[in-house]
Amino acid sequence: MKKGGFITIVAVLVFVFLMFPLVIIACTAFNTAPTISFPIQGFTLDWFKNVFATESFIDGFKLSFTLAIVATLLALLVGVPAAYALSRFSIKGKKFLKNYFLSPTIIPGIVLGYALYQFIVLTLKMGVIEGLLIGHFMVVLPYIIRVVGSSLEQFDFSIEEMAWTLGCPKIKAFFKVVLPNISSGIVASFMLAFINSFNNIPISMFLSGPGVRTLPTALMNYIEYFYDPTVSAISVLLMIGTILIMVLVEKTLGIGALTK
Amino acid sequence: MAEVRLENITVSYDGKNNVLEGLNLKVNEGELLALLGPSGCGKTTTLRVIAGFIDPKDGHMYCDDRDFTRIPVHKRNFGLVFQSYALFPHLNVYENVAFGLKLRKMDKVTIEKKVTEILKVCDLTEFKDRLPKNLSGGQRQRVALARALVIEPELLLLDEPLSNLDAKLRLNMRVEIKRIQKKLGITTVFVTHDQEECFSISDKVAVMNGGVIEQFGTPEEIYTRPKTEFVARFIGFENFIKLHKVDGVLECADGTKISVDDSGDKDECLLTIRPDDIKIVADDYKGENVLCGEVVVRTYLGKSYQYETMTPFGKVVVNDASGTLYNTGDKIRMVLDKAKIVLV
Ligand SMILES: Nc1ncnc2c1ncn2[C@@H]1O[C@H](COP(=O)(O)OP(=O)(O)OP(=O)(O)O)[C@@H](O)[C@H]1O
Ligand SMILES: [Mg+2]
Repeated sequence: MKKGGFITIVAVLVFVFLMFPLVIIACTAFNTAPTISFPIQGFTLDWFKNVFATESFIDGFKLSFTLAIVATLLALLVGVPAAYALSRFSIKGKKFLKNYFLSPTIIPGIVLGYALYQFIVLTLKMGVIEGLLIGHFMVVLPYIIRVVGSSLEQFDFSIEEMAWTLGCPKIKAFFKVVLPNISSGIVASFMLAFINSFNNIPISMFLSGPGVRTLPTALMNYIEYFYDPTVSAISVLLMIGTILIMVLVEKTLGIGALTK
Repeated sequence: MAEVRLENITVSYDGKNNVLEGLNLKVNEGELLALLGPSGCGKTTTLRVIAGFIDPKDGHMYCDDRDFTRIPVHKRNFGLVFQSYALFPHLNVYENVAFGLKLRKMDKVTIEKKVTEILKVCDLTEFKDRLPKNLSGGQRQRVALARALVIEPELLLLDEPLSNLDAKLRLNMRVEIKRIQKKLGITTVFVTHDQEECFSISDKVAVMNGGVIEQFGTPEEIYTRPKTEFVARFIGFENFIKLHKVDGVLECADGTKISVDDSGDKDECLLTIRPDDIKIVADDYKGENVLCGEVVVRTYLGKSYQYETMTPFGKVVVNDASGTLYNTGDKIRMVLDKAKIVLV
């Protein structure tokens, strides 16, 4: 009993510690003072209005959102079959391949960003959007392979073989019995990949071009010139967005899907 | 319903060592063949070759004289039950069973009729809306069986389907499988390493060892007349005595004469007999095939006592149900039942 009480206290403390900055930021978003400060002096929604009035935020959001969706979908298209092949077949050099696919998560983002800048922008002279897409694709692919891969490790492939014996051709069997049983892994990998792409700064910083900014780079740019609570307002909006997505996932799959 | 033949099947997983070595096997139409053998002897591999999961390095498989070697798994129409059952976790019992029928583009009414029927046969009607994770081991096993049977397969392949069940359920399911198999007249290959299960269920038995078939025959033949020492050991012959021929008569190492119906043409052979087929007799017993030994270990088996005895030519194990107790160190005389002696 005593031990249980102690753990509860620690849990509450950790929770408070994690929540504290978020609460402060949320409060400052409604502050009338022109700089981010706490405690707040008065209540206003002006900063939220400012968010929607600032074109670079709206454009940045649109770009980040589209980029994250497209890059993640592309990565799913490549990553799911790759993860499947890695866990289904005994390929020579499997370990090497696995590590290779994960290497972008180990290299610092700045280094990867700079390398991509050298290659995509300077050598290949690609367009900004294409460059960003390739960069983000590379950043999110390891998450997909990793998370879907660990889902597939749990999957009993005799289930797939059973579908074959019942008359199901291989490709169809993949969609009918493999996919439904790793769907939670796919959703989890999608969320992780989406969030990582959406929040990414180093890659976007190197690959952005004139007039093309993702939301985080637009935010960074804004903070360099202004120190007003508009950024807090954006944070609140993003938090609300995240909570909505979580609720949606919880309603459809159960939140356990993300931790499995 | 079909007749299945394997001809010279050779399989290797790593390209170097052959797991199956020139294996030949024939299952007649409507028969239940049991593949019996110790762990790792290649039973599952044989089954996977028949099912089409493994491309043999060499050899052919025929189904009703059609060469099936290159036919992909999904076109074979064989029903399969794995040891792990491999039910579809995301589908309920009804959908699991209906899976194969839906792929055959049948109309809804026919599917429903067939599924309902087979669920009834397998005693699963009340569970049809449950997910596999909410079923007991025995129920899962029946779902796996129903799913394999409902597609009316040419051939039914069962890989140790009873090994996850408790003893009582095993017995029930064994009888059940046999009943359904006979009723539908479906050719079946049943993999097991349990000899009792094997003999009670099968029409034919193939005993496997190290990737080859050691002996093939009816359960009675295998049970009473094993052809090799390996088969004999595997099916419960515990006594092995070296014999050699002196003037046409078989003798043990110490000169004890052994009389058998057919002494064969080899000069040296191995006598084998089950502990149940040896009797302990009184000291004044006059007759053939009598051995003397000293009791080393006594074990209580329930319906009888088992005595491990030491003779001049090695260990002899005898089961005695007479009720007379012998103690360690006692000298006893044992007679071998002439009709039950097997030479390998
Ligand atoms: N995928 C595989 N890769 C390499 N070797 C394998 C593979 N599957 C089986 N083997 C080997 O092939 C041999 C035969 O295996 P198999 O599974 O056919 O045995 P089994 O008779 O079914 O045994 P058990 O009674 O334990 O199920 C074993 O030595 C095993 O180690
Ligand atoms: Mg096996």
